[in-house]
Amino acid sequence: MFLHVERLTKRFGGLLAVNDVTFSVEQGKINAIIGPNGAGKSTFFNLISGLHRPTSGTITFKGRDITRLPANERAKLGIARTFQTTHLFEQSTVMDNVIIGHRLRTESNLFDAILRTKRHRREEQACKEKAMEVLDFVGLTGVADRLVANLSQEQKKRVAFALALATDPELVLLDEPAAGVNPDETEGLEELIVKMVEGGLTVCLIEHKMSMIMKIADRIMVLNYGEKIAEGTPEEVQNNEAVIQAYLGGSTVA
Amino acid sequence: MELFIQQLINGLTVGSVYSLVALGLTLVYGILHIPNFAHGALYMMGGYVTLTAMSQAGLPYGLAIVVSMVVVGLLGVLMERLVFYPLRDAPPLHDKIAAIGILLFLEAFAQFVWGADYQTMPTPYGNVVTVFGLTLTVQRILIIASTVVIMMLLYLFLKKTFIGASIIAMAQNREGANLVGINTNKVAMMTFLLSGGLAALAASLASPINLVFPGMGHLVILKAFVIIILGGMGSIPGAIVGGYILGFSESLGATYVSNDYKDIIAFAILVIILTVKPNGLFAKEGH
Amino acid sequence: MAVFEKRHLWLAVLAVLALALPLLVANGYYLHMMTMSFIWMIAVYGLNLFAGYTGYLSLAHAGFFAVGAYTLGILTVKVGLPFWGAFALSCAFTSLLGLAIGLVALRTKEHFFAIYTLCVGYIIYLVIDKWDSLTGGVRGFIGIPAPSDIGPLSFQTPVAQYYLVLFFLFAVIFVMYRLVYSLTGRTYIAIRNSEELALTLGISTMKNKLASFVLSVFFTSLAGALYASFIRFLGPDIAYVTVMFDFLTYLLVGGIGTLAGPVVGTLLITFLSQQLQFLQDYRMLIFGPVLTLLIIFYPHGIAGGFIRYQAKRAEARRLEREANQTAAELAASRQGRDGRYVKEG
Repeated sequence: MFLHVERLTKRFGGLLAVNDVTFSVEQGKINAIIGPNGAGKSTFFNLISGLHRPTSGTITFKGRDITRLPANERAKLGIARTFQTTHLFEQSTVMDNVIIGHRLRTESNLFDAILRTKRHRREEQACKEKAMEVLDFVGLTGVADRLVANLSQEQKKRVAFALALATDPELVLLDEPAAGVNPDETEGLEELIVKMVEGGLTVCLIEHKMSMIMKIADRIMVLNYGEKIAEGTPEEVQNNEAVIQAYLGGSTVA
Repeated sequence: MELFIQQLINGLTVGSVYSLVALGLTLVYGILHIPNFAHGALYMMGGYVTLTAMSQAGLPYGLAIVVSMVVVGLLGVLMERLVFYPLRDAPPLHDKIAAIGILLFLEAFAQFVWGADYQTMPTPYGNVVTVFGLTLTVQRILIIASTVVIMMLLYLFLKKTFIGASIIAMAQNREGANLVGINTNKVAMMTFLLSGGLAALAASLASPINLVFPGMGHLVILKAFVIIILGGMGSIPGAIVGGYILGFSESLGATYVSNDYKDIIAFAILVIILTVKPNGLFAKEGH
Repeated sequence: MAVFEKRHLWLAVLAVLALALPLLVANGYYLHMMTMSFIWMIAVYGLNLFAGYTGYLSLAHAGFFAVGAYTLGILTVKVGLPFWGAFALSCAFTSLLGLAIGLVALRTKEHFFAIYTLCVGYIIYLVIDKWDSLTGGVRGFIGIPAPSDIGPLSFQTPVAQYYLVLFFLFAVIFVMYRLVYSLTGRTYIAIRNSEELALTLGISTMKNKLASFVLSVFFTSLAGALYASFIRFLGPDIAYVTVMFDFLTYLLVGGIGTLAGPVVGTLLITFLSQQLQFLQDYRMLIFGPVLTLLIIFYPHGIAGGFIRYQAKRAEARRLEREANQTAAELAASRQGRDGRYVKEG
């Protein structure tokens, strides 16, 4: 089992954000999580990446129980994630933003930094090379020296991808990667996600754009009011009564 | 035993003042998530305005307090509009620094206008009475009584009026409140008006005992912060209960432990609480 | 080799001026003023490291400044330790205190952290004020010696002390310079930008915040110890919150989160304060609103504003280059089609 959550529940005071969800992420595939607004999808990601502690339930990754593991430790194990609002440092260059992505694989500390030890120089170089590598992968080599603030929304999303990739992950959680991106550019992002999986990564993504999901997802889980209401291939989910009911009254973006 | 009860009454008095100040602070934090570092300056201005109203305009004590509450309340609204509203989307660091700037200015202003000396505030309630064998100044009784009355009024206001309900709604969810048509700007201004008024009242009640001077807000505001962290940032019952707990602790601590270091009690409590529970006593996960 | 940008050239120029100052200006008063402003700068660099680069506002730093100062005083006057040993111990002790406080404080979130450190600062002030027997309380602490000789170097004269303080300032700036462009510095900046993102990038935010905090306390205590030995007299008010706000004003005006900020801000404000001597007690009448207005309209300060201006110019130039390139390509393609320049219909 690659990533498995068992009876995962998260309660915020009186609000049950995620309710008793059991789900497995298939390795090497594109797994999608969909559901109407407020269904608990982002909370679910927060639970997996470690930004929230579950009220009950367990999370296992590559056979290891990570339920109590802090977020930064999970990143070291190979779980990367992006955010809906990218959280990038707008006033810095793309390169400056992405360089820090490889930091978790380095050991240099304060003293190394001040004394410019061999280790520091070596690791700094490694981070730079990794940054160039991932920027090349996402097709942004040309804008490496531009301020993030001056980029388009789609380019910012690619930078966020690059940042996640720089951590050398095995599982990448993408939180609404195509939000605010126009249809042409969405196709580009779809290709990028498929490229990531072809390179050996596992992707789990949250999205509202149904066309994107149906096109690239191998497996889908549907959440509504924090509960899992359906799971399966795109065809199975499309024809699922409960799913159709859940979306009636909401809007789906074609 | 008599000494003990005397100190209890003292604790009630001190606690009342603390509660009023903490209430104002927690109201603002509850809806805007801003720790208003300038709240101590509002407290101080409250004292000075009352003093000026009495000495320059010849107003009686009670009326002077009302004037002060209105003036300082408006000052609070001004702060909200001119400073906190423009900073609503800025990093939280900026709110704090801006509030500090206001604090510095108001204190320098007070010193400029009224001088740095400790001034006395005359009160018609300075006479002493004997109740159940204890000697108290009427002022202390006034403080306790006023606080209770104000708290009841505040409770009624929040629970029974529309604006009151709006404040509570906004405290729980600002976005949601906005979406259902609550004028969040009006509510923000109202809250600051209340907050300033409460601070002015507290200062005016306490000044006959504690005197009026430019730095009078410092200690009080620090302790008010301790109180709302103790009682829960944004929690009204928390501010009240916390205020009295601190009042009693200080009063008893000053008498039975050490008078010099009594001010440390508040901070010692804070250090202990935050060490054990870094998110305060009443932390709720997620907003 | 780390990035050496043009604006750092200004720092180099200022450094040369600073070195030459005692030779150019014989006035003892100005020398004293500059030495004091160097001491403030060191303290502000401490604050800058933590607030500017890691993003948390610590209001306890005036307290740490005072602890550094008083510890030096107590160790030399009361315990009788040799000066430089006491100096090192003061900084070490204050840093350890910073570590202890940081361990608790840094588990709290932003607002709580500011309030907590504000209270810590106040506790320090109160203890210094009340613990008469140790600190002299309100009466003050006197008789602190000037730095003792190191080999052939003597520090009894104002000029020698000026250079000593300047040396420490250079050292602090050097460390900051190395730090800011390093992986460690980038880690702090990542934490300031978004702690959530930093965590998901595998960064141990607690460890890094703690290291950054302790280093910032170390710088501040260094300034405190130098202050004690320069002024030779201490009062509890150096721990009071007004000193804290002074630091904050210098930092904000100069530019929070920049390398040149502390120098620029401190110089400007101490200079202005001198010019506005007659306002002495009321300088907050001006600086208070300045602080608030700055943070609303110009939160990046002078150095920060300059950096942004440079970035804007660079971006404008880049866009122009791109536009020119596109125009050139268009013209070339039109020409290429049938050998002549054809006007598009």
